[in-house]
Amino acid sequence: MEQLTLETLIAVFEEIFGRTLFWVMVGAAVVVTLAYIYVLIRDRAMSMRKFLWAQISMPFGAVAAVLFVQVMTHSNFRDIGGPVDVIVLLGVAAMGAIGIAILVYTAQSLFRAVPHD
Amino acid sequence: MTYSHEIRASRRAFLGLLGGGLATAAAVRPAMAEKLQTKARIVMIGAGAAGTALVNRLMDRLEGADITILDPSAEHLYQPGLSLVAAGLKPASYTQSKTTDWLPRQIALVPEAAAAIDPEAKTVSSTGGQTFSYDFLVVAPGLVLDHDAIEGFSLDLVGTQGIGALYAGPKYAAKTWEAASKFTEEGGVGLFTRPGTEMKCAGAPLKHTFLIEDIATRTAGKGKHEMHYAANNQSLFGVPIVSEKVRMLFENRGITPHYSHVLKAVDPGRKLATFTTPEGDAEMAYDYLHVIPPQRAPDVIRQSGLSWADKWTDQGWVEVDKQTLRHLRYPDIFALGDVAGVPKGKTAASVKWQVPVVEDHLVAAIDGREGSASYDGYTSCPLITRVGRAMLIEFDYHNNLTPSFPGVIAPLEELWISWLMKEVALKATYNAMLRGKA
Repeated sequence: MEQLTLETLIAVFEEIFGRTLFWVMVGAAVVVTLAYIYVLIRDRAMSMRKFLWAQISMPFGAVAAVLFVQVMTHSNFRDIGGPVDVIVLLGVAAMGAIGIAILVYTAQSLFRAVPHD
Repeated sequence: MTYSHEIRASRRAFLGLLGGGLATAAAVRPAMAEKLQTKARIVMIGAGAAGTALVNRLMDRLEGADITILDPSAEHLYQPGLSLVAAGLKPASYTQSKTTDWLPRQIALVPEAAAAIDPEAKTVSSTGGQTFSYDFLVVAPGLVLDHDAIEGFSLDLVGTQGIGALYAGPKYAAKTWEAASKFTEEGGVGLFTRPGTEMKCAGAPLKHTFLIEDIATRTAGKGKHEMHYAANNQSLFGVPIVSEKVRMLFENRGITPHYSHVLKAVDPGRKLATFTTPEGDAEMAYDYLHVIPPQRAPDVIRQSGLSWADKWTDQGWVEVDKQTLRHLRYPDIFALGDVAGVPKGKTAASVKWQVPVVEDHLVAAIDGREGSASYDGYTSCPLITRVGRAMLIEFDYHNNLTPSFPGVIAPLEELWISWLMKEVALKATYNAMLRGKA
């Protein structure tokens, strides 16, 4: 890669997913993240009860993300060839886990009645 | 009451944070350099990877230039994808798009090929009988696959009688998979070749061999296939350290190399291939044969006196300086991509590095200056070794490895991440390059 700038990276991702889908996905990620920050600020505290559900969902998010990537790229666990591959695999799993945890937490906060204590 | 007041304050803080983030994002956009005003007439032969990428970059550098681009092909091919098509991993359509999809609207595309170039009078005439005068000429028509040079072979055979030829285009790459998949299921002798000339992506013959071996072993099981690779000289790859690695992989995978074997003739009826070797002709029987024909510059280049006189005389690549890609006898002519007479660099990755160099020298020449950019032979080849693994091999004119991610992605290691790059990121990077963005 000769010129790896933010603009190049955005152009590459636009090409991978198509311009519309990429920006819809970015938009969705931004909305969920903003909603998460919003509920944190609104509630002034993490609800451990909601966080428990979020944590329980994490392994499912991790596995789903890894399988999604493998299916999309004709790959298998046997293709792991070196340390960097393990890092990529864990990275994908971590993104899936964190993504679903934030989603589950935020969804509960937004759609369940806020308990007054 | 205090409670609601606090909430309001926090919301304001939250909005402030959001606004600050957006302002930062807007501020870090790179500034555009000012465009050069010019009336220069630029003619480009070829709207493939090189021509398209260059014309899109020139749009950002020049104002008022008169740019004409000649290309008879309505279809743009993403050629790095052909290996995947020929292994049944992608459909033919994966490599196909329209030439006009990638070109800026402001420039004139002439859907004709160049018929003659007169470098003294500085004109190009097209097959449709038009003549174009230029101040600067960029020659990027690609190369010609000389299928007729192989006796007994014709493109009609591809996909039948155990013959494949993935270089011939999307349709033939898909037909190649028809023949190859039959071989993977039924077993037998597989024979993989490469030409004795310079060629596009010298890694592709190896990729096809590795992929078919991998799929065959998974499909029909071990021991049913006999795999042979015919190399054109005493090495398996132009870069010695890579050649040695491939030799080890071949040994490990049970692929037998045959050195200095160049395919000369095919007898499809008897399923026999004839090779030219230093010891005379050698015949080999096959159940699956992969043909890659000799490759040459288009006739128009060879007839116009632009080729090297003392190098590659049977192939006719354009005589350019290997650092600047500028013609050695006609400084107003540049060559890009496959047709350029440089030792390495017939890949899309090379084009990606060549285009900014030609852009620099061309814009400088229009401005009456000397350019300073230099191309050092960078070529990249995600050398697929299995479905799911590849080696990200990058090198230069000096046969040095030039890894983009040293210490992270090892060039001579079979890695999943390198496969991911080939499968997912490469076409995206290629498309971004076509648009002049990478």
